[in-house]
Amino acid sequence: MCLNELKRGQSARVETIADEQLRVQLLRFGIAAGCRVICHTRLWAGPVVLRFGGQEIALGREVAQQIQVTP
Amino acid sequence: MEQKCCGRAVQLVEGKRRIVLAGNPNVGKSIFFGSWSGVYVDVSNFPGTTVEITRGKVGEDVLMDTPGVYGVSSFNDEERVARDVILSADVVVNVVDATHLERDLFLTQQIIDMGIPMILALNFCDEAASLGIEIDVPALETELGVPVIRTAAVRGEGIKETYAALAMARPGKALPEVEKETLLLLDRVDSRPEALLVLEGDEAVALRHGVEPMAERERIYLLRRQRTNDIVVRAVARPEKSGRLRTVIGRLCLDPLTGIPILVAVLWGCYVLVGVWVAGDVVGVTEGTLMQGHYEPWVRGLVGRWVTEGSVIGQLLIGEFGVLTMTVTYLLGLLLPLVIGFYIALSLLEDSGYLPRLATLVDRAMNAIGLNGRAVIPVILGFGCVQLGTITTRILGSKRERTIATAILNFVVPCSAQIGVIVGMLAVVGVKLTLTYVLTIFACLAILGTVLNRAIPGKSTPLLIDLPPMRLPRPGNVLRKTLMRSYFFMKEAYVWFIVGSLGVSLLQVTGGLRAWQDLLAPLTEGWLSLPKEAATAFVMGMVRRDFGAAGLTELALSPWQVVVSLVVITLFVPCIASLMILFKERGVREATAIWVGAWVLAFFVGGTLAQIVL
Repeated sequence: MCLNELKRGQSARVETIADEQLRVQLLRFGIAAGCRVICHTRLWAGPVVLRFGGQEIALGREVAQQIQVTP
Repeated sequence: MEQKCCGRAVQLVEGKRRIVLAGNPNVGKSIFFGSWSGVYVDVSNFPGTTVEITRGKVGEDVLMDTPGVYGVSSFNDEERVARDVILSADVVVNVVDATHLERDLFLTQQIIDMGIPMILALNFCDEAASLGIEIDVPALETELGVPVIRTAAVRGEGIKETYAALAMARPGKALPEVEKETLLLLDRVDSRPEALLVLEGDEAVALRHGVEPMAERERIYLLRRQRTNDIVVRAVARPEKSGRLRTVIGRLCLDPLTGIPILVAVLWGCYVLVGVWVAGDVVGVTEGTLMQGHYEPWVRGLVGRWVTEGSVIGQLLIGEFGVLTMTVTYLLGLLLPLVIGFYIALSLLEDSGYLPRLATLVDRAMNAIGLNGRAVIPVILGFGCVQLGTITTRILGSKRERTIATAILNFVVPCSAQIGVIVGMLAVVGVKLTLTYVLTIFACLAILGTVLNRAIPGKSTPLLIDLPPMRLPRPGNVLRKTLMRSYFFMKEAYVWFIVGSLGVSLLQVTGGLRAWQDLLAPLTEGWLSLPKEAATAFVMGMVRRDFGAAGLTELALSPWQVVVSLVVITLFVPCIASLMILFKERGVREATAIWVGAWVLAFFVGGTLAQIVL
């Protein structure tokens, strides 16, 4: 499923990130295929906020749509 | 173009060693810079507000600060600036946030892979301790191969020790594979740091050396991420802990259900601070009592000894729009207190960690007009002063976004000087008419944004920001930041005020102002159904937008006429000082288009409304 289909508080494993540019940008934050993230909160039709490793990151809707996860 | 600017910034410096501060956004680099060099720079809590680099001297050495970045590469302007400064470094002081080393050590490892001698300042150690995070410093030193110093910069702890440790700076343990490949490139690229960037596919750096960028970035990043995670596993123990108060507050700010009421409360707070207290009480004293009551009569008397006020030079110097009278009063009596008030509000919001959450909250709505959530910052500042907003559009990620945001600011956002008068006039016309005004302006905003979003080619950058923890702002930091920013803004803006008001004075002296009013009169009476004198108010709005609005209060207008005239005044061209900044920031073509467009939009929308309701 897509990252922005996660419910609040739900944890998931990142499977694939479609865009190369996005992939390397997220690698720097610490998100890569295989790592576990928690959906901190999700705004209606808007950004997803992820929590992992003591930090919070907001991803715009377009960005979140490119990330496939499994709960 | 950005290369030229950075190249110059890097070259201008002379000194023994070049010490560069590098780190992720909001790790407290600037506090180190300020304490070592004695020169204060902006300490920011919103990722990316320090676009310019700052340098100072420490003894014989040169100290340079960089914008906060998550890695050395070229994803945006800030990164390109940081990249070039780091490439020029003799020694890097890498400041990291001890509360999330997983993120911060990625940059650390990259600088280590570049082979630059460095030391690591482990900042926010106090916060990490209170979160129960245990960091094994000797283990971290062994893993990285560079000296690590514990610090809590906001409390002043460890800053001196870090400086002392500079003598022990050394290259760390690079990733063996990456090191080997980098060294192989040294026959074509003569510096190791640049060789690494070529290997990582940095086009600009490759171009400088006349080689093709390589395509190894993702592979190297993956290795580096793996390595960083390993280091963290070996050196950091983090308890699973959640539900802390500030995490909860942070979430409440994000959730629309609670976030929107919080936003309304924050905006209301800003309005009370800036709109009511500063724009009313403080400006009443500074503009009315101090400048107009004491300063202007004094300067008129002084200059009046040599030139009469009625002469051409007299009018230019001490007349109604004189350089020594109106301009000085406006700058010091009105603009300065307003700018300080707004920067205090902004600094508080920034240091508390609220701004990035606000950007996230409004992201979806901003997407509709081709912007991402970050654009909320220039827009909010625009409500203080359109110039302030226009300058702040520099933080946006692409030229396209800067154009859209600037257009919105100059078309539909009324500045605080105007809002005061507008609110006063709407107060007497009732709820229904007030609503008509607000809806008309909002419709213009929505239509304008949508049209620009469709019309301007390209794609806007999506939101991808880190939300720093909610922190209680430190008054000292807020104050220093406010004063620095106000100083830099005034330094940049004052010339344009003088140029602008000189222009208006010349128009007045030559009779151009009068002619303009007469020229506009038919449009005012026939199309807008307003009294002829309203044209004077519109023209005055070009000098100072509140002059325009205030000019309307003197006319006998029916309630609907009030609404029509306020719509026109709001949409009308920005004041002459903003126009100058607009030209400077966006270039002649774009600025002219916006200025002419504002004329058309104001009269078109105002007239259409007048035809419907009058």
